[in-house]
Amino acid sequence: MASSVVVDFPKNFANALSNPQLRRNLRAAMDTLGMRRRAIFSDKDAFEALRAQGDAIRQRSLRQLPQLLEQLEKKCTENGIQVHWAETTTEASQICLSIIQSHHATRVIKGKSMVSEEMHLNHVLEEHGIEALETDLGEYIIQLDHETPSHIIVPAIHKNRDQIARLFHDKIPNTPYTEVVEELNAIARKVLREKFCAGEVGVSGVNFAVAETGTLCLVENEGNGRMCTTAPPVHIAVMGLEKVVERLTDVPPLLRLLTGSATGQLITTYFNMITSPRKSGEKDGPKEVHLVLLDNGRSKILADPELRQTLKCIRCGACLNHCPVYTRLGGHAYGYVYPGPIGSILTPQIEGLENAGAMASASTLCGACEEVCPVKIPITHILRRLRNESYSKTDSPNAVKGHGYKSNLAESLTWKGWALTNSAPWANVLNAKLLGLLGSQLTKLSKVELVKNWTQVRTMPKFASKSLHALAKEKGISDE
Amino acid sequence: MSSSRDNILARLRAAVPQDHAVAPEPATPPSVELSRTEKVARLKQRMEAMHAEVVVTDAAGWRDALKTVLRNRSLNGLLYAPATALGQELAAAWDSDLPPLVGYTEDVEQSKERLFAIDASITSTQGGLADVGALILWPDPNEPRLMSLAPPLHIAVLDATKIHDSLADAIALERWQERMPTNVLLISGPSKTADIELVLTFGVHGPKELIVLILDG
Ligand code: SF4
Repeated sequence: MASSVVVDFPKNFANALSNPQLRRNLRAAMDTLGMRRRAIFSDKDAFEALRAQGDAIRQRSLRQLPQLLEQLEKKCTENGIQVHWAETTTEASQICLSIIQSHHATRVIKGKSMVSEEMHLNHVLEEHGIEALETDLGEYIIQLDHETPSHIIVPAIHKNRDQIARLFHDKIPNTPYTEVVEELNAIARKVLREKFCAGEVGVSGVNFAVAETGTLCLVENEGNGRMCTTAPPVHIAVMGLEKVVERLTDVPPLLRLLTGSATGQLITTYFNMITSPRKSGEKDGPKEVHLVLLDNGRSKILADPELRQTLKCIRCGACLNHCPVYTRLGGHAYGYVYPGPIGSILTPQIEGLENAGAMASASTLCGACEEVCPVKIPITHILRRLRNESYSKTDSPNAVKGHGYKSNLAESLTWKGWALTNSAPWANVLNAKLLGLLGSQLTKLSKVELVKNWTQVRTMPKFASKSLHALAKEKGISDE
Repeated sequence: MSSSRDNILARLRAAVPQDHAVAPEPATPPSVELSRTEKVARLKQRMEAMHAEVVVTDAAGWRDALKTVLRNRSLNGLLYAPATALGQELAAAWDSDLPPLVGYTEDVEQSKERLFAIDASITSTQGGLADVGALILWPDPNEPRLMSLAPPLHIAVLDATKIHDSLADAIALERWQERMPTNVLLISGPSKTADIELVLTFGVHGPKELIVLILDG
């Protein structure tokens, strides 16, 4: 969904929660993914050691981010890969568009890439008469249904096989209805194979880019990523600029953490490392490779020591699979490209709190995401920070865009009063007495507009006529 | 030099902390050193778990093992690399009842349709990884990238002495950082997906079957 669209979170959440089919589809899948992850990381000590390593590697990468990006650019250029820099998603899409147009291409085949979703690239290309075909099975399914991914790893997980069977039957010509997963897979394979052969430009994401060698690393199981980066004459890789790592030796631990956390695999079917376009004498591979580095707010996030940790993310999706909120809502309810815990910390920082700040409240702060995160991102701390900044305007240059959008006089007076009653004993006594006297009357407040929002989903508390403190005192219990 | 590049780099330079009081990084836990037999066994077990068919054979017996595999299937041809040692060995000992050997000799622009229509291919490998169960491929002018991708059956020949304990070992021992080729591939099985209800299904866009012939001895 574009950032210009106003997202109605309460409505989205209510809709998602009242969709039993969605909840069943999701729940089963998330439980399975969680189980597979636990099985692969069954040795707790080994996992913690690996995780400490992953965290350190990502921290080191971010600490040297400008140097590493320059080194990556230099190495890639030496290897023959053309590097482009984009400040905004619009600029990144324009870069892709002009490369595609310069080849007079109209058929683009795409591997799975969340950054291209962030760019709304398909939409931009389609507006210019270019077919942008998603070739990852999950992405292909949702593209047929004009949907966006509901999960960053398994994008069509909100649909079950019956829904997919109906979709294929309706949308792909001459396709009989079948609920057999193997047959559905075979149908997609057949359609897409022809497209791979005919694709003029391939677009992919990047999981890690190695500055030392100028290598783009891609993780996948289906082979469509390899097709998109091998069969067409031109390959465009799009990447969030935080994905760079320093050395080739940084890759093995991150790869292990990524595949284990995402799907409980020791390794994916393919790990594809691309270091140059086709060299003279080589018979296949694209003759042109482009790398588009996207900022879109990331450089601002880097400036704050706490918020910076968001950029360590390797997009494994484990935080989604373990989040009690995500597993009940699914990804679409969040309204933006990145859902779940990672989406809830990343999106408000990119889109501004005034647009996406509500995402930070879609969490119970239970900390499950933090426990599984392979690079130890303090997700709940960042969520709290975003909630706080929603209410407080600050002068800090690192303040999140839209900070203080929720601040209002009544709230700040309430908190000032709260601070007073808890720091001055006389105020506390007075407050308790007042609440006791007015207690039953206060329930009427639930009709007042300001409080109504809160009481819509909660019961207004009743205050006892005497405070616990007073009762204890009467019974002769010392309150010291 | 684009202004976006300069703007982004300027913002990044201003953003990263200049104080470099950095805690030392945890050392990489040493990988378990396995004997050759153990490496073969582990790679086989891991790759079979990912639905690859693994045949352990030797320098004398691998051609017969391959022929058995091929005779059990009806294939319209076997894509091979005529200029490699492997390719020459194959061509020298080919039988007329086997699927015809088809050389990958032309650029993809001239041969794409054919590459996508042939049933099987055979390639050599650069090595293997025991800990996760994967092959290492370094495609080159003789053995191009699509060979291990387009045909539905991929047969890979692996020398047991080239199996490493782990990817970290392979990179360190073979000094990859100094000589990265156009493309390096790790392959752990036939292509697969779990995108529909997480049901694992093999044979999506890459090969439906992967057969590994390990030459041990
Ligand atoms: S925040 Fe952590 S758990 Fe969530 S996707 Fe990123 S790396 Fe994975």
